[in-house]
Parts: sequence; C-alpha cells; structure tokens
Amino acid sequence: MFDVTVIGGGVIGAAIARELARYRLSVVLLERKSDVAEGTTKANSAIIHAGYDAKPGSQKARTNVLGNAMFEDWCAELDVPFRRNTSLVVAFSDADLPGLADLMARGHENGVPGLSLIDEAELRRREPNIGPKARGALLAETGGICCPYELTISLATHALLNGVEIRLNTPVTGVSRENGTFICQTPQGPVVSRALVNAAGVYADTINNQLSEGTFTITARRGEYVMLDKRFGPAFKATIFQMPTPMGKGVLITPTVEDTVILGPTAEDIEDKDDVRTTAAGLEQVLRVAALSWPQIPTRHFITAFAGLRAHCDRNDFILGEAADVPGFFNAAGIESPGLTAAPAIAAELAGQVADRLNAGKKDTFNPPYLARKPFRLMSHAEREAAVAADPAYGRIICRCESVPEAEILEAIRRPLGATTLDGVKRRARAGMGRCQGGFCAPRVLELLSCELGVPQTELTKFGGASRILSGTLGEMAEPQPRAAQERTGETHA
Amino acid sequence: MPETRKIDLVIIGGGPAGLAAAVAAWDGGCRSLLILERDVRLGGILQQCIHNGFGLHVFHEELTGPEYADRYIRQVQERGIPFQCDTMVLDVSPQRLVTAVSPAHGLVQIQAGAVILAMGCRERPRGALAIPGTNCAGIMTTGTAQRLVNLESLVPGKRIVILGSGDIGLIMARRMTCIGAEVLACVELMPFSSGLTRNVVQCLHDYNIPLLLSHTVIAIEGRERLTGVTIAEVDPATRKPIPGTEEKIACDTLLLSVGLIPENELSRSAGVSLSEVTQGPLVDQNLLTDVPGVFACGNVLHVHDLVDEVSEESARAGLAALAWIREPASQTGSGLEPIRVRDGKGVRGIVPQQITRPVQLPKLHLTFRPDAVYKQATIRVEVDGETVLRQKRLIMTPGEMAVVDLPTGRFDPASAREIAVHVEVNA
Amino acid sequence: MSESTPDVRELICINCPMGCRLQVTVEQGQVRTVKGNVCARGDRYARDEVLNPKRMVTSLIVVPGSSEPLSVKTRTAIPKDRIFDCLKAIRACQVRLPVRIGDVILPDVLGTGVDVVATRNLPDAPCQGSGQTA
Repeated sequence: MFDVTVIGGGVIGAAIARELARYRLSVVLLERKSDVAEGTTKANSAIIHAGYDAKPGSQKARTNVLGNAMFEDWCAELDVPFRRNTSLVVAFSDADLPGLADLMARGHENGVPGLSLIDEAELRRREPNIGPKARGALLAETGGICCPYELTISLATHALLNGVEIRLNTPVTGVSRENGTFICQTPQGPVVSRALVNAAGVYADTINNQLSEGTFTITARRGEYVMLDKRFGPAFKATIFQMPTPMGKGVLITPTVEDTVILGPTAEDIEDKDDVRTTAAGLEQVLRVAALSWPQIPTRHFITAFAGLRAHCDRNDFILGEAADVPGFFNAAGIESPGLTAAPAIAAELAGQVADRLNAGKKDTFNPPYLARKPFRLMSHAEREAAVAADPAYGRIICRCESVPEAEILEAIRRPLGATTLDGVKRRARAGMGRCQGGFCAPRVLELLSCELGVPQTELTKFGGASRILSGTLGEMAEPQPRAAQERTGETHA
Repeated sequence: MPETRKIDLVIIGGGPAGLAAAVAAWDGGCRSLLILERDVRLGGILQQCIHNGFGLHVFHEELTGPEYADRYIRQVQERGIPFQCDTMVLDVSPQRLVTAVSPAHGLVQIQAGAVILAMGCRERPRGALAIPGTNCAGIMTTGTAQRLVNLESLVPGKRIVILGSGDIGLIMARRMTCIGAEVLACVELMPFSSGLTRNVVQCLHDYNIPLLLSHTVIAIEGRERLTGVTIAEVDPATRKPIPGTEEKIACDTLLLSVGLIPENELSRSAGVSLSEVTQGPLVDQNLLTDVPGVFACGNVLHVHDLVDEVSEESARAGLAALAWIREPASQTGSGLEPIRVRDGKGVRGIVPQQITRPVQLPKLHLTFRPDAVYKQATIRVEVDGETVLRQKRLIMTPGEMAVVDLPTGRFDPASAREIAVHVEVNA
Repeated sequence: MSESTPDVRELICINCPMGCRLQVTVEQGQVRTVKGNVCARGDRYARDEVLNPKRMVTSLIVVPGSSEPLSVKTRTAIPKDRIFDCLKAIRACQVRLPVRIGDVILPDVLGTGVDVVATRNLPDAPCQGSGQTA
C-alpha cells in the first residue's frame, strides 16, 4: 500500500507528486497514457497569465497570482524554459477602451502587479505588427510563456528521482474507499493508498463522483490552435490577447519559448472527452479572428495545427483541497485556464495538505532534479567541439532542422522517465519539431528507439497504444495482386 | 582549437547535384575540393529512388536511382575527389566559413574559396496543410515512406491513400502496390497531375489506381492510428471543397506528396537572398547567388523533374565555381547593372533571375514552369519589350520544367535591361 | 467487335516530356495509322505499346541479415501482362551477399530472355574518400 496515489500525469499531477516527494511519503502516480503530459498539458497556449482575467475571490484568481510569482524560479530550478514576455490585452475600437480599465481594476483587486494602460502609439512602438484597428492595450508585465510538456517531464522526473513511482499506461477504471483506504482499479491490478489526489483532467469528475457526494461535472472544452514557423517568432514580443467583446472571447497570438508562434484557441464544448481533432471550421475561426491582431498571418508557413481539451467545471472555478465528506481524498479538479500558471501554487498547497492529513514530515534530503545537458543547438562553438570530442555521438546530427545530435536522442531514451515513443523523443530532444516535422529524422529515430529499447521497429508507436508507425516488414507483406480496372481512372490533364 | 582548414571548393551535399559539380570542377582542373554529405553514403535522394527513368539524357540508358548515383560516385572515386559522409554542415557564413560536424572528424571549420550549395529539398509535411483531424500515426510524406520501404525493408501500411500526384506520389503508388499493399486512390487538388506523364501512365494507369483530379482530403479519421480519410471534390476555380461531394475512404495510411521545398536554411545563414517563387536562391547565369563565391545548383535552387537536368546544371555550377576561384572578380561583373530576367505571362520561377555582364556565354539557359496547362503554346522571349525568340510547344504543364535556350546573339547583351519570358496559347 | 472494323486506341506517349496524345488505328491485329506524334520515337512507341506493351520492372528483395533490401530491375522491358508474375519470381529469390550493381540475380525471368539484375551494391562503399586533400 502507498501513502498517496496521484491520478493524472499532467502538469498538475506531476507538480503535486513532486511536492509530495519532499515528504516522508510513499507516492505513486498513475497516468493512463504512454507518457506524462499527453493530455491537456501538451495542447494549450503555454501562457503564464498575469491574473487580471479571473474572477476576484475565486480559487482561479488566487492561485493564478501566487503561481505567476513562483513560476520563474520554478522553471529555473528545473532548468526548463521560461520567458517573461509580458501580455497585452488589445482593444480594437475606441468603444472597447473603457473595458481595458475594467480589466485593470479587476487585476488590482486580484493583487496583480505591473498593470498599466498604454495608448495606441506606445502599443505600435512595442508591437509594430499589430493590426490597424488597435486603439490601446492593457499591459501586464508579469505575463510569460513556458514549455508545458518540457516542464511536466522535468517535474515528473524529479519526482521519480525522489522516490515517486510513476506508472504509465495505467488508467484508473474505478475508484472506491474501504476501511479508510482508497482502491484504484487499473488493468494492472488494484492500487491501494491511504490518501488519493485527483488530478485527472477531463475525467476528474468521474473520479470525484465515485467517492464524494459533492459531485461536479467536467465538460471537455476543445481549443484549436495553429502554429507558425520559427521565422515568424519576431512578429510579436508580448502575448497578444484580444479584449473580450460581446462578439466573443477573441483569439490570442503568442510567441513560444522556441520562437514559433501559436494562434488560437477556439472554445467548443464537446461530448467526447477523447476528441482532440482539429476541424476546418476551427482553423477558419482562428485565422479569421486572429486577423484583427495580425492582418498578414503567413498562412503558407504553418508548422502544425493541434487541439487540446480544457477541463471546464460546472462550478466555474478550480476545485482544490480535501473533499469535506471524504477525508484523505484531495481534488485538483476543473483545471482549465489559468491552470498552468497556478500549478506551482496548487502543488505546494495540496502537497502540504496531504502531508498534514497523513502527519508526514519532510525528508532530510531531497535529490536535485534531472538536468539534461545544454542542447547542442544552443551550445557555443567551443562547447560543441568539447562535446563531440568527448562523445562522437554528438557529431552525428539526426534532426537537421533542430540540430539534434544522436547523443541527445539517446539521452532522451536512456534518461529516467525516458522516451519510449516517437513523440516522447520529440518532446525531450526536439527531434521532429522543426520544419520538416520528422520527414528526414523519423526513420533514424525509430532505429535508435528500436536499438535502445530492444524492440523491433514495427512495434514502435507515435504516442503509445495503437499508434504504431509501421504495419510490418517488407518480408511479411502478401503477394502483390493486380486489380481490376476502376470506373474512374481519371485523366492526366483537364 | 584546431586551425581552420582552407579548401578552394566546398560542396555541401553529396547527392546528384554535388557529385556532378565536383566531377566537373575536378575535370576543369580543381584539385582542392571537398564534398560534405550528411548521410552515411553518397548519392543523396537517388539511393532511395529504386525505380527506373534516370539517365535517359546523360547516359542514354534507363537507369534506376542508385545506378545513376553509382555512375557519379565511381567518377568521384576514380578521380580521388575527397568526400566526407556522416557529416552535417551547421553553418555557412557570408564569408564562406563552413562549420561542419561528424562523429569521425568532430567539429571542423573550413574557409572555402567558393561554396556550392547542393542540399536538395525537403517535403511539405502534413502540419503545413493543417488537414483537420488528429495527429495520429499513419500519416507521412511519400519520401519518408520511400526511405522506409526501399532502404529499411519497413512498411508504413497496407491500405494506402496518396494525396498529391507529384512524381513521388505516383512512384510510391506503384511501389506500394508492387510490395503487396493496396493503393486505393491518388487524390489531386488540381485538375491535372503535377507529375511526369510517363509516371501517370506507368504508375497509375498500368495498375488501375484511380487518379481523382480536383479532389482533396478534407478530414482525417482515427485517434491513434489512421482509420480513414474523407475526400471531396473541389471547385477548379477556387480549389475549395464542394459541399455534398464528401466521400469516406477507409484506409490505414495517408501518404503526402504535396510539395517539395528547397532546403535553404544554410543558404539563409550565408545571407543568400531567396526567390519567393522558387524558394531557392536568386542566381545569375553562372549559378552565382548574391553572396560572392556562393553558388547553388540542383533541387536547392529549384525543384527539378529529371536528375539529368540536375547533373547538367550542377556541372555548370562546378565550372563556374572553379572560374570564380581562379579569378573572383570575373563573375561579379564589371559593375554594370545586371539584366533582369522576369516571369512574364504564364511563367513562374525563371532561373536564372538575372544575367551578369559581361555575359560570356553563347546562349542563356532559361528554365521555368508554366503556371497552368497550355496546349498548342508558344514560348516568347522579349528583351526590353521586343520579341527575340519564339518556340512552339505542343503542351506545357506545371509538372514539367520548361527550358528555353536564348542565343546571346539575338540581343545586345551590353545594353539590354530586361528579359521577359511569356507563354501564350497559339491563335 | 469484329476484326474488320478498325479500332482506334488512345494513349499517351511517355518517351519524353511532350507526352503526345496518340490515336492508333488497329485493324486485323495490325497497326494501320498512328496520329498525334511529333517524332519517329512516338510512332514506334505507339506501335509497340498497342500490340506488345512492355515495361521494365523494378523491385526489392529482402536480404536476411541486412536491414537494407536489395533493389533490382529487369535489364530491359518485359511484357506488361507479366509484371505481377515477375514480381512474384523476384520475391522468391534468395540472395547471398555481397552483391554488386549489375550482378545477375535471376537470369531469363519467366523465359522472357530478360535478366533481373542488382541495381545497388550491398553492402555499400565506405563513408569517406581518401585521395588528395587540401
């Protein structure tokens, strides 16, 4: 039996598990997918919000502001990227300007520092590419960006290095309470613990409602995004929000820590909590609404489009803390925006509460996080020379687009909580993130994965489960068969 | 820190372009040169092109890709031309300092007298099209599939839909069929195929694979692995899907042949200006870019249909680079304004985009693609508004690069300001 | 259709990028006329293609112990209606390394008089050229 089971390996679950690892507690983290950060965490705008948006007095507002203040140090400790690039909420008509003042007032009420209103001239000076209808903006100096999946992998690895057991491919199919212990049913057998933390994302309601009378409903709210080539990273420095108007919430444009650009999201409540499809209508909406901020969106330079599901709770706020009627059961549920920002605050609070409940003291030693080496692409000439001299695998560049050497791909696989899939390598080593999206490097990454994991290439997947890349080997194919003439063979020319 | 090597001619890329340039430069007398290749062997993309159709013009034979590559590789080996594989060029500075890395030799820097950019091209990926659906497994570009099958004995899938009827798509339609997979359709956005006619006939017609012109894939189905695609007919004028024409095709693999993009990251780092149309460097008749001593040839300059043309072009680049090394001033010209070469009516992506004076060539080799299908057409070359050359063509398509050789004697190279090439339908 | 009625077949010449649309009239098993070609190669192609279509076949042979398959081709074209039989025969070949380009892998495939030959060196040449350096 464990002291604590954490359900969910997204940024919230991983952060909580890592905080719990500071205490004398045995902790297990259960994640249903093949890697951490496979759910909402990998598909959002990666923004660290200032906190003017959330309703004053709410958990969202409170943890947003706390989390924002903690975020930079948090990322520095874990050696993951963070950039305080500031946020701008832009008004696109004179009539909307007073709304900016309202937002600022709300921000002040929430305790957000660094807020000011800037006029059109100042806005254009800062952001020359902003659309012609912009009339002014709310500047939030504490706004930032990070890389949520890199952060989560680092959090989870740090937890692992401090004794947390991480079980991937382990969905919780049912949960119950017996004699003061919690039993999570999984395909690999029951997992029993004295306390339970619910960080199950879009499925947090399913977990909670099996245990507590204080039920709630989580709706999956799909957001679609499109990402642009690095070449356009300099288009905007700040994260550009559009002031919500009666017409709608607006769409944001933000640089990422890798200098790509993200546009989005839409917001569509959907039934299927596993539906992360992008849609034609969604893309059209993103481009149409974003055009207000950026009339010349370079639509010929998409890198990719993606969709993520936010866990929207019918109580319209985060549900944090011990369930009143179920001692030992702690929720971190309904974590939609500003959940990423709030993560460090939520994690510290919840872990503390769990530790109190279990009367656990802090450990004497807390092992440092796993720090990957500085990536080759960021190394100086001298650093590169030294790296290659020490290890020839640094001299073989596998991913040309992102300058990723073989040594880094091997490290991504061999490290604690290492990659076992193509996407896992992509998120740890960046191979496949660039312009050609793995066109050249994927076959070579498959070879390396196969070699390191001792698994035939034909069994490797893109992201676990049934997502196999290959159907089989050439030798396994059936005899080619001629096929009858089809009705429409078409023409070579019109 | 090891000292920087000095090599007269550094060729980036050991595919057909780099190999032909190296052989030509060597035969012209260059003895200080080095080919840098990122793969473990020379030959570039030809190594995975196991189909025939290469070498009809250069060798008067029907060769497969690896055989064509082998001809040039043997020429390189017989001459003792230095080359280094498993080597990635990381940077080329505007002053032609080449930084490269390899497991065997570590990080090296080479001060090149001249550089030939011969890096070839990459394929447009699924993400660039933003096809609605998930990012499931089972979707890859045809070139990646070609590498997996032809070089690794690995099969991407068994029920295939191919999007795009470019040559690679057509070739892979046949290849997948011949290895025992089922190719359900080749879906093409335009009302015509962008591949060589020969490939449409011998890859699709021969195997009864349907070619669906004016169609596109509008959605991808499948959560973890592809289970199907939805296709729809498109309006030829707007290329937008026509509501009501949707059709689902159950399949486990979608192969994309939706465009080749010259691989110009290194060109950019060298400060080379690129053409918006070809996506390759702007060059003059000597294949010299706007950075002194930096030349470009092959698919990195503009995407070719025939490797024979790549070899011919690259040999010219090799000789031009050699002439530059011997006499750098000779090619930057006499300070006279270059002659502009312009895409006229019906023409896209003329190479070269300018002519440096003095011209020093008996004819100008102009290549371009027509912007549509033209039957019974005339290529008309104008110099400063005056027609100096007309050539008839029975048919021109965007899928086949057009060539027109303009004898220098037809105009006054000393005073000409602009050459424009037009394609017109005969009256 | 009775033999005495001329049969007009349409095909696209593949000899060069022109891709001439050819109309070939066939009567009593003989080619009567060829129209649409701009050169003699087109005429020859039309006659061959209509009465005796042939294709070169390229394929792969899995080589035990090598992740890379051996690419092969028919040295010249074989009758088009034997493509699938040819693929089958190639598939069944056992190959012993090393193999050099041009090695005959399967002589006289299907009795066509055409050999199937290797188009690749397996294993391949070394990664580096010595020779004169700067």
